[in-house]
Amino acid sequence: MEFTEKHVLGLKDLLYRMSDDLLILGHRNSEWTGLGPILEEDIAFSSMAQDKIGQSLALYQILQELGENEPDVVAFMRNAEAFHSCKMVELPIGEYDFSLVRHFYFDHQSAIRMDMLKDTVVEPLQMVARKFRGEIKYHTMHADTWMKILGAGSAKGKERMQKAILENAGLALGMFELSDYEVELSESGIFAGEQALKSTWIETVSQKLESFGFNVPDWDTVTPVYGGRKGEHTADLQPLLDEMTEVFRIDPAAEW
Amino acid sequence: MKIKSLDPRITRAKIDENTQEGVLNPMDHFQTYEVFEQKKRGTHHCHVGSVHAPSAEMAIIFAKEQYTRRGQCVNLWVVKTSDVMVTEYLDSDIFETTETKSYRDPNSYKVMDRIKAFKERQTEL
Repeated sequence: MEFTEKHVLGLKDLLYRMSDDLLILGHRNSEWTGLGPILEEDIAFSSMAQDKIGQSLALYQILQELGENEPDVVAFMRNAEAFHSCKMVELPIGEYDFSLVRHFYFDHQSAIRMDMLKDTVVEPLQMVARKFRGEIKYHTMHADTWMKILGAGSAKGKERMQKAILENAGLALGMFELSDYEVELSESGIFAGEQALKSTWIETVSQKLESFGFNVPDWDTVTPVYGGRKGEHTADLQPLLDEMTEVFRIDPAAEW
Repeated sequence: MKIKSLDPRITRAKIDENTQEGVLNPMDHFQTYEVFEQKKRGTHHCHVGSVHAPSAEMAIIFAKEQYTRRGQCVNLWVVKTSDVMVTEYLDSDIFETTETKSYRDPNSYKVMDRIKAFKERQTEL
């Protein structure tokens, strides 16, 4: 099938939401480096944060093939309004309960999205989806194992996790804000769409939360926190970008 | 007063200078697990180190990051350190062998004669 201009715009939007999510959450999670609850977890969480930034690079490279700027420019030279990331990923790391729940919600979304893209008609994206399968599987195993342990652990730990699970349900649903190009994406075989992704995700995380002994959010009554995919962000994104690009902006033309 | 550090991560954490929270007593740590890594299917697992973890499942997750990030691995074992039975260094004399036991060394096996004979034939040719 020949791609029209709208198909390409849809594909770019899809790639930007994926890569921006990964870059921003990768940066946020890296803020735990040196502060993790124990050494082993500090190393694991930091390593996964690096994985996410690596995954975002692979997606920015596809965008470059589609005529966008080179990855460094795209990552470091845009203001908050140009980012397609959802609001959940830009929030400060908070306490570990929030960071773990966000990791659990986000990485299952990432795993399902990548799985849906393993047979996409866009060949480079297909290759990326297949390449990172093992990496993302490990990330979800890490998240699941913590959720399971904390669900069966002390009353205080369980209560904090339960609170974070319920309080952040709306932010999580914000990941699935519809694109303006849903029809183009699905009719062309690029991507089956945010709605399909959301259904599978709700099924997956609900079943897991239940098996870990947590109360599942009542998804139908949760108000999704939208806006991020259209460039509306919280006040927390711009300071993150300023910090992330501090060194880059000293000399944007420098060779690293 | 909050701790101010040149490291922005520390400052960002807004830790009170006199905090008692998160201070670990010596016995508050997780238990340790010993990690064994298999580099290729069919080869044996080798001990590579240990990790602190709240459960065996979590120990596997940590071991993957600590020990297999660089280089090949196909399988991991973890075992609670407390489940490993160890000898005393005081008893290390049990491992000493005496000269009179040289018949136990592989070079005493009959096959060595055949190998030597084979090598001699090779040099003759």
